Amino acid sequence: MTKATAAIVGSGNIGTDLMYKLLRSEAIEPRWMIGVDQDSPGLKRAESAGLTASAEGVDRLLDQGERPDIVFEATSAYVHKENAPKYLALGIQAVDLTPAALGPAVVPAVNLGAHLDAPNVSLITCGGQATIPIVHAVSRVTEVAYAEIVASVASPSAGPGTRANIDEFTRTTGRGIETIGGAGKGKAIIILNPAEPPMLMQDTVFCAIPVDADREAITVSIKEVVAAVASYVPGYRLRAEPQFDDPTPMSGGLARVAVFLEVEGAGDFLPPYSGNLDIMTAAATKVGEGFARRILSERS
Amino acid sequence: MPYSADLDIRVTDSSLRDGSHAKRHQFTVEHVRSVVGALDDAGVPVIEVTHGDGLGGSSFNYGFSHTPEQELIKAAVATAKRAKIAFLMLPGLGIQDDIREAADNGASVCRIATHCTEADISVQHFGLARKLGLETVGFLMMAHSRPPEALAEQARIMADAGCQCVYVVDSAGALIMEQTGDRVAALVAELGPDAQVGFHGHENLGLGVANSVIAVRAGAVQIDGSTRRFGAGAGNTPVEAFAAVAEKLGIRTGIDTIKIIDAAEDVVRPIMDGECLLDRMSLTMGYAGVYSSFLKHADRQAKKYGVPGAEILLEAGRRNLVGGQEDQLIEIAVALAAKK
Repeated sequence: MTKATAAIVGSGNIGTDLMYKLLRSEAIEPRWMIGVDQDSPGLKRAESAGLTASAEGVDRLLDQGERPDIVFEATSAYVHKENAPKYLALGIQAVDLTPAALGPAVVPAVNLGAHLDAPNVSLITCGGQATIPIVHAVSRVTEVAYAEIVASVASPSAGPGTRANIDEFTRTTGRGIETIGGAGKGKAIIILNPAEPPMLMQDTVFCAIPVDADREAITVSIKEVVAAVASYVPGYRLRAEPQFDDPTPMSGGLARVAVFLEVEGAGDFLPPYSGNLDIMTAAATKVGEGFARRILSERS
Repeated sequence: MPYSADLDIRVTDSSLRDGSHAKRHQFTVEHVRSVVGALDDAGVPVIEVTHGDGLGGSSFNYGFSHTPEQELIKAAVATAKRAKIAFLMLPGLGIQDDIREAADNGASVCRIATHCTEADISVQHFGLARKLGLETVGFLMMAHSRPPEALAEQARIMADAGCQCVYVVDSAGALIMEQTGDRVAALVAELGPDAQVGFHGHENLGLGVANSVIAVRAGAVQIDGSTRRFGAGAGNTPVEAFAAVAEKLGIRTGIDTIKIIDAAEDVVRPIMDGECLLDRMSLTMGYAGVYSSFLKHADRQAKKYGVPGAEILLEAGRRNLVGGQEDQLIEIAVALAAKK
């Protein structure tokens, strides 16, 4: 099968991990790795994996004769805001792994189909990728007036960008819980845990549900969605059966379901405890493959 | 060096914030008015009012507030004649808008807490607080879990971000005497004139007052307590006992000892659901180094799943859970119940 071509912009840890995932893809051929530092280990790894590695930035990539069908942006929100109009002008579809949030937000297990022809899609946050599918699983069965997620992340896998702007995580994730997850109101909490050896990424999802909601149907729906996410993030799993609680004063008078998740990274490049990063590169791959299939089918 | 010309140290009472844990976040405007009125009259210089887990803490994970905390802050500000009103916030849970709202409501001391290895997530928030003209305090939580030098490095991050006083926060009530003194001394040495040092104690090993005195001797100029120990776990350093001890040691706190003893008995105790006790659960927290606010949550899950609460806490200690991971206690209880 012919493959769509792709460039990875950003040769750091995320870009490198993404490259190894794309190298296994049946729909995408990662051909370029773009960095800004000639000595970056990511560029060297890309070169030895057979990609064209360049430290000359995005403009050089876009000036050449042959351009990628798809760009994966793994730089920073700031850089992506600079680059996005250039991709758009050239008709190159962009998968945005930064928190820039320019295009519609996509969680593959929930709404990938709706945005296959979008010029630019945002992957929200790692916590959003892990938890929004669960909110969706519950909200498609019963009304969810409020949903709340707690993402616990190993301290060494939270990079300086996340740390310097942690409010961005809570806001962006909270919004995604509402717009994609289908909750009336969303709240996100992130906790960094420095335990050694590092803990796997753990996420807990609380959804308010009506007192008389069909709990069995909710559990079935959650398990279906977990399987759907696990099809592109193999280390994504439930740590316990969904737990239901009747209303109490401390629960604000709301009945709820609590869902306990764990994300073990595939260890392509990043360590397995960095499930928070793995789920982003895995989701990016899944979205990119959706783009690639559409591009290829239009070509044939 | 004393805190000011009039005070050797400045005490912050946290019964309306740390006590929120013990009260399962069910404070009302009336509770706040009566406690702030009594503490203010007794000369407590700073009174902290917020959900136990800080601004934005009202949630499934930590428990929903009976009354929105910003309403409680407004009531406190309106009641206090002399005392400053403080609030707590944890980056990752609360956001900068919460700080703006608390400042608009008249609170004047912004206390920002992170786990003691994660100070760099607070930089943005200290910057905003200073820009808003708030006094700033930084909390290095679970300070027992890191050595003094490592804490001092984290304190430096907070001070450079605009924090005016960094606290050694014994969230688990696990620090013992010299361990407290060594940590405070390390912060004092690192920060010098750049920021003050404070100490926030819990009673889980029965050492709140003793640790606080040692902290003062090591150079701390701000001390936290809660009147009647009203706080998480076995409660906080009792302000009335600390005020009495400080008076006898000639440490000026500005607090009227007799008045605060009366306030503890006549005003604070009646709004508590029960005394904060050094019982099996809270002693286990001090012993195993577990975040004090896990107490009521572990208690609730123990009852729901029919497993021993102390077992949940010991497992929380083994897993090195940090403040904020209350959700994990449910999963631990489910796992313990499955093993039975």
